[in-house]
Amino acid sequence: TSTTTIKSCCNFTVRREFSLLGVLQDGVDKKSDSFQRNSDSMKQILSELQNHINKVLSGGGSDAVRRNKSRNKLLPRERIQHLIDPGSSFLELSQLAGHELYDEALPSGGIITGIGPVHGRLCVFVANDPTVKGGTYYPITVKKHLRAQEIAAQCNLPCLYLVDSGGANLPRQAEVFPDKDNFGRIFYNQAQMSSEGIPQIAIVLGSCTAGGAYIPAMADESVIVKGNGTIFLAGPPLVKAATGEEVSAEDLGGAAMHCTVSGVSDYFAEDELHGLAIGRNIVKNLHMAGKEGMMSEPPSTVSECKEPLYDTNDLRSIAPIDQKQPFDVRSIIACIVDGSEFDEFKKLYGPTLVTGFAKIHGQPVGIIGNNGILFTESALKGAHFIELCAQRNIPLIFLQNITGFMVGSRSEANGIAKAGAKMVMAVSCAKVPKITIIVGGSFGAGNYGMCGRAYSPNFLFLWPTARISVMGGPQAAGVLAQIEKSNKKKKGMEWSSEEEEKFKNKVVEAYEREGSPYYSTARLWDDGIIDPADTRKVLGLCLSASVKSVPEETKYGVFRM
Amino acid sequence: SSENNNENPKKCIEKILVANRGEIACRIMRTSKRLGIKTVSVYSDADKDSLHVKSSDESIRLGPPPSRLSYLNSSAIIQAALRTGAQAIHPGYGFLSESADFAQRCEAEGITFIGPPASAIRDMGDKSASKRIMGAAGVPLVPGYHGVEQDIDFMKLEADKIGYPLIIKPTHGGGGKGMRIVNCPDDFAESFLAAQREAAASFGVNTILLEKYITQPRHVEVQIFGDKHGNVLHLYERDCSVQRRHQKIIEEAPAPNILPDFRSHLGEAAVAAAKAVGYHNAGTVEFIVDTASNQFYFMEMNTRLQVEHPVTEMIVGQDLVEWQIRVANGEPLPLNQSEVPLSGHAFEARIYAENVPKGFLPAAGILHHYCPVPISPTVRVETGVEQGDTVSMHYDPMIAKLVVWGANRNSALVKMKDCLSKFQVAGLPTNINFLQKLTDHWAFENGLVETHFIENFKKDLFDDPNDSILASEAYYAAKLGATLVAACVCQKEVVASKGGVTDPNGLNSLWYANSPYRVHHLAKHTMELDWDNEYDSSGSRLLKIDLTYQSNGNYFVQVEDSESSGLEVKVLPLGDHNFRIEADGLISDVSIATYSKEHTKHIHIWHGKHHHHFRQLVGIKLSNDDSSPHKPSFETASHPQGTVVAPMAGLVVKVLENEGAKVVEGQPILVLEAMKMEHVVKAPAAGYIRGLQVSNGQQVFDNNVLFTIKD
Repeated sequence: TSTTTIKSCCNFTVRREFSLLGVLQDGVDKKSDSFQRNSDSMKQILSELQNHINKVLSGGGSDAVRRNKSRNKLLPRERIQHLIDPGSSFLELSQLAGHELYDEALPSGGIITGIGPVHGRLCVFVANDPTVKGGTYYPITVKKHLRAQEIAAQCNLPCLYLVDSGGANLPRQAEVFPDKDNFGRIFYNQAQMSSEGIPQIAIVLGSCTAGGAYIPAMADESVIVKGNGTIFLAGPPLVKAATGEEVSAEDLGGAAMHCTVSGVSDYFAEDELHGLAIGRNIVKNLHMAGKEGMMSEPPSTVSECKEPLYDTNDLRSIAPIDQKQPFDVRSIIACIVDGSEFDEFKKLYGPTLVTGFAKIHGQPVGIIGNNGILFTESALKGAHFIELCAQRNIPLIFLQNITGFMVGSRSEANGIAKAGAKMVMAVSCAKVPKITIIVGGSFGAGNYGMCGRAYSPNFLFLWPTARISVMGGPQAAGVLAQIEKSNKKKKGMEWSSEEEEKFKNKVVEAYEREGSPYYSTARLWDDGIIDPADTRKVLGLCLSASVKSVPEETKYGVFRM
Repeated sequence: SSENNNENPKKCIEKILVANRGEIACRIMRTSKRLGIKTVSVYSDADKDSLHVKSSDESIRLGPPPSRLSYLNSSAIIQAALRTGAQAIHPGYGFLSESADFAQRCEAEGITFIGPPASAIRDMGDKSASKRIMGAAGVPLVPGYHGVEQDIDFMKLEADKIGYPLIIKPTHGGGGKGMRIVNCPDDFAESFLAAQREAAASFGVNTILLEKYITQPRHVEVQIFGDKHGNVLHLYERDCSVQRRHQKIIEEAPAPNILPDFRSHLGEAAVAAAKAVGYHNAGTVEFIVDTASNQFYFMEMNTRLQVEHPVTEMIVGQDLVEWQIRVANGEPLPLNQSEVPLSGHAFEARIYAENVPKGFLPAAGILHHYCPVPISPTVRVETGVEQGDTVSMHYDPMIAKLVVWGANRNSALVKMKDCLSKFQVAGLPTNINFLQKLTDHWAFENGLVETHFIENFKKDLFDDPNDSILASEAYYAAKLGATLVAACVCQKEVVASKGGVTDPNGLNSLWYANSPYRVHHLAKHTMELDWDNEYDSSGSRLLKIDLTYQSNGNYFVQVEDSESSGLEVKVLPLGDHNFRIEADGLISDVSIATYSKEHTKHIHIWHGKHHHHFRQLVGIKLSNDDSSPHKPSFETASHPQGTVVAPMAGLVVKVLENEGAKVVEGQPILVLEAMKMEHVVKAPAAGYIRGLQVSNGQQVFDNNVLFTIKD
């Protein structure tokens, strides 16, 4: 085969083009110093991440776990393990929700959510962790619950609620109870999804008090476990206080009562394993066949799937720790697409945005990745490509590493705001599955154009190297220092360069902290931090959950021309 | 008879009705088919879907399951032969095989009875008569009383004359049924009456004979064959000494530790015995060999093809069923005595559904997993059942006969041990483990067999439920078994889950990758397996197993106890039940069988020479019937003290005591009959009988409560 050597457009690396069209050459030089440096620092970052993860995986502490076990109850992840198909995968979301968010630790935000298959049908799981503050809902717990429901609604996936919760966290009721996206929204969502034919299934494995009682009550079908499961609006202590009636929890709202008398629950489970087995059976009996396009079905045109030519572990060494160092996003694409085959669209135009077609586990996808600052041409190219994919019902994958749109008089005069708006319009309206991975920077309007959280991608994950903020820390510090300086000047105050430096450092520090992936993931600005080596796998699982057999029609608003 | 058929010679047999069931029916039909003879089988309602019916060209229903209404119903069988045009009936063994009346009725209907003449059956069927004839023919006899006078007092006097120990036997029948050994004069009366009762129930005749009881006997029998032209020869002897409950368990040919001289004397005596009754077709002359004096005595003659005939076939290289058919056709024997070869050594092990620790009580149930060893020119598996069949309580609980041949006794024994370790049965208890111990025993290896072998070596052969050293060895083996089970079961589940995906290459199959994905951790699976340690009577042991799916597709398995560090296991499935596993550098093959019964999943594993059986509580089986949600989830209630349950399924033949009666410990309360054997159910303690729930003629099932003894 004849090979030619050309310089890549962005001068990142010398690459040889294979005679086989579209196969990406490995852009990573494994012998280079930067490869080794990146690899070493990623190792450290991942081990730090793993430490945080290990802490949340052990739930609410050994005492609480022991107490839970003594009641013959499983931990939420174990419960899910019993519900999903034996030996199948489970895509857990936002494991570090609530990380350093409150004074007290709230591992995984007190609730486990994710996607897994039951009898071959993908379901969304929402499982309270009774070992974390009694499974009560903190603000972040509510947010995580709602996010799982949002995914279910967007992807048409049945919901399985594994209920074991004391209800709203009372000291924080003001942040939990009244607002639109607070506790009440859970039941609103249940009603909406049920009305759309998305099955809502509750398995009551523990207490289900007050507002929590509505989770099984609003469900299409509910299971309750004898002994441990209780459903009531008010527990025995409150009932005694309110009416003087003395009654046991089991008599007040136990399985026998709800299955035989009240009808709040439909299935009586002898114990937890029985309850979970009933849950599996309910999913087995869902008859979704009549609902064309409701459930994710394997696309009919799937061809045989090739593995990438390069080791996915290389992904751990691509993103430089020093954000100022550029890298070619194609080296990421080469490691995540089938056969490392990427047919690039408009390669020579607006080269700071890489667009092209590829397949991931046989599923055709359109990939949009950043290779530098967004210029007017790159934004127009992006909008064009998104239109193409929406037209053809091809899911979009965004690989974000963006410092922002180009600033300056020339850019503004060129109408960069208009071009950016076109891209944002296209992203907002395209009715195809969208998955965003933030592999590096995510700054300013670049975050918008590249389908940030506000643009409701079906899924959004971070690499541990991600940074998210309205602009870079030093830039923000510079802007704020200038404002401060002019304020001081107006007041006739001196500002020593030492003080200015101190001021700037403070801003940089704050941006550093708030731009960290931990800060983001703790607040659910994303669906979790992933190991770069898992990117292809996670994309595949997300696509499987998002792809619908019947496409939705895309309608755009007014493009400013 | 044959001489009168010269003008109108009988046609050769072209169609045979096999008046039997199970392995022997299958075995007879196999030879018939090879000879181009069409086959007709018969069946009771219990056997309609069984292998012997499937193996035949035609099949005819006889009646309900009880033998007397089906396989002993001679009119129905003869009708079946006439209806299908079968010229001959092969009776197999048991059932009607030694019924002179049946043989006679066949001949009267113009049907060839493939067996000896009715007269010989009659002569030999009466043990007293047979001994008279043999005595007259000069065949040595054991001292005893074989008279017609059956008065109990008179018999007691005769017994005292012979001396103790002595043996009481029904004059009719065989197979050890109704036999009793009496060690002292005081026990005589009870044993005598019981033997009479059993004889009446089994054979319809209750006459009894008495004999000197030889304390160190061997059971050696000679296969003989005669034709209708007066030729009789022998095909060497078999040793069938190793018996339990007076029934054979392992047989071999030729008999070990016997000199050629002795062998030819035995053979000559057997041929003389056969000639004395004008015998033709296959028969067996049983001798008792007194190992102390090296004397042999005539015991009885079995006028049929024996269960253990394959060991003889293996050493002489002949098909005895073919010989039977040829002789029945009037052909002369294919060989003369000097042409009968003797080559190598053969063993037969009888694999029974039985409960060895409960005194070899017969077991009934479903063969959830049945995978016998592959057959070859040197390995035969004679079986009448298939996986999924029920071993019913109506008939003999034999599952299969495993027959192996080797160039000499040692090599045959090596092969037998290997086959036993690979013979897979799950769903009901079997004696395979016991047979393994037996064949592994030094005395058996040395051929030091005698009829009390099992009794003499019971310490070695039966598990001591309080042997702490063996118990901990067994525990280590079980831990490995459980580890492999966990890995294989998970592998199986992964394969099964994967199989449910409609598009095996598509996106959705991603959820069923070889190693299940978890975000930042490895998927784990816990398993609790219940296991009984045969060396530890303190109850079953729960093995808690943690399994971690490794990212390379292997499994890291840890048994939760203080000393286990865990094992990484790689599993490669080879078909449904078999797996090639790699653990700690050792690659080997294992087999797994699983089935569910009530709320329990049963998992069997065969690995190396071990077979482990684990139980896993799987919770309540989901049923559409939700009407009983308040029942306890698991049957935890054990019976209160003093409760007596039926040791096996069977028929209550006699209730000896009344409700409320005061009884002493060990007092017989009632008699159960199962598999044509009587079992006396005794009081476990002194007290009063309460809640006696059964009456004569009632059918009871395994573990049914019979009564309770209360203070």
